[in-house]
Amino acid sequence: MTVLTTSPLIRGRVFVFGNNIDTDLLAPGAYMKGPIELLAQHCLEAIAPSFASSVQPGDIVLAGAGFGMGSSREQAAQALKILGVGCVLASGFARIFYRNAINLGLPALEFDAPDFASNGDELEVDLAGGTVRNLTRGTHAIASPMPEFLRVILADGGLMPHLAKRLGRRER
Amino acid sequence: MTLAEKVIARAAGLAHVVPGKIVTCQVDLAMMHDSGGPRRVDSKLRTLGAPIWDVDKIVVVSDHYVPAVDADSAHILQFTRGWVAEHGIKHFYDMRGICHVVLAEGGHLTPGMFAAGGDSHSPTGGAWGAFMVGIGATEMAGVLVTGELWVRVPQTLRVLLQGSLANGCSVKDVLLHLCARIGLNNDYRAIEYAGSGMADLLMAERMTLCNMAAELGGKTGIIAPDARTIAALKLAGRQDAVLDPYWCTDAEALVECDVIVELGELVPHVAAPHSPANSVPVTEIGRQKIDQAYIGACTGAKIEDLRMAASVLRGQQVANSVRLLIAPASVATTQAAIADGTLATLLAAGAILLPTGCGACAGLGAGILAGGEVCIASTARNFKGRMGASDSHVYLGSPYTVAASAIAGYIADPRDFLLTNSKASA
Repeated sequence: MTVLTTSPLIRGRVFVFGNNIDTDLLAPGAYMKGPIELLAQHCLEAIAPSFASSVQPGDIVLAGAGFGMGSSREQAAQALKILGVGCVLASGFARIFYRNAINLGLPALEFDAPDFASNGDELEVDLAGGTVRNLTRGTHAIASPMPEFLRVILADGGLMPHLAKRLGRRER
Repeated sequence: MTLAEKVIARAAGLAHVVPGKIVTCQVDLAMMHDSGGPRRVDSKLRTLGAPIWDVDKIVVVSDHYVPAVDADSAHILQFTRGWVAEHGIKHFYDMRGICHVVLAEGGHLTPGMFAAGGDSHSPTGGAWGAFMVGIGATEMAGVLVTGELWVRVPQTLRVLLQGSLANGCSVKDVLLHLCARIGLNNDYRAIEYAGSGMADLLMAERMTLCNMAAELGGKTGIIAPDARTIAALKLAGRQDAVLDPYWCTDAEALVECDVIVELGELVPHVAAPHSPANSVPVTEIGRQKIDQAYIGACTGAKIEDLRMAASVLRGQQVANSVRLLIAPASVATTQAAIADGTLATLLAAGAILLPTGCGACAGLGAGILAGGEVCIASTARNFKGRMGASDSHVYLGSPYTVAASAIAGYIADPRDFLLTNSKASA
């Protein structure tokens, strides 16, 4: 698995969004037929046209309430994962998106501090302890703890590697 | 316990559950469609190398990429058929209608069931007293292998519907009203619809209520079964259906809160772009011109929805500047609309009939919007770019309001047209 899902520390620049970032913004319907890599290039383009081209591996998304609302399409979480997003911090998640993110090995933490950072600030997230540091501002805050069994799924790299382990089969 | 808690407790093999507790439930039915189903779970199942836990409990529906409009969508449908054949799935609906509607038509859902659907509008199943949640493709792969799904037991937010709807108003207006009133972030809550107004509501109306629990952010929507539920199940071929009074929220059960809606005081609502929460009474919208009127989707194109539209369009003509597109929610819906004259009324008014399927509501198939265009739709969602170009604009309304707007050429109050029609027929 990638370092991002197993490393306890995630460090990157932050992209800040508002409330109710929906699945049509994250995974536009027009690209749902095609390969996920192509769809990912259009992730959030309706509100942030340069997001997909400027986000770097390990970068962090910080948003308000209702992140990922709408469709059950897991391409919404998968697009962020493919772009290399290291962690999504949001005041609240739509439940299907939250589950999809964990299942795909994309860390998603409930973090109710939408003003904690400005676009481009350097953040560091400690997944195990839930501490979020704003290295640019020199501040920190604590995210809501994730249930233990979800942390195990995340540490395994997502639901499929987790199940493979549980079923006693090695992932190919 | 609440109704939702009772279903979860049964499925988890527990005598009692409380909100906040995380439990593992046995899944009674798993539904997936052509978009999030076989094409997305197949490689995961191969990787796991494990058999499907129970093929009899799986329903597959091709409704998103139907009918194929290009080689890519044709391939997705072909793959779905091949996968269903390979795995011996008996319950397969290929271009027969939208998944949530064909599940109901096929009598697949009964009171007390715990079901998972690979679609966010899966709460629709709650109309039958089932607890049905939407999940993504990886989670579905997990369900297919283990037959299990974890849930955090939700609080129950109860919506009490009282009285009866005024002429020209529908349950869609109830939901649009609720989207503005209680917002879209009711995460991790079961939304139970109850109250004295429930007895009068048809199963199709109950399906619309539960369907749009998804827009409210709820984990699911649910309604206690009654005599109407059982009668409808028998019509759908479930002769074994009986009314079990256990499937209800106990009088002493703790609900998080009650939201009371006086149906008789409700007026037609319209949600402005780009959120269902931007909903206001239609009278406050102003003279908003439209390019397209769309009656479609699991939310707004069942036979009862088409009848609402027809009651407004009878003897009227769609404005020259507008295209009225109608995509019935299922083949059975189209057949019923032919049988009772509804379709003839709609077509005589100038409506254009589209294939059955999720279609333009999901930004697929026919009826996509160009940049700058304005559409009013009987669908559930109007997120930015959902129905086409990212700078198109979608308003949400009831089938009555969509029909009235198609005639006027701008967003219009259906009550004005229904008044005219009833005078004309008097």
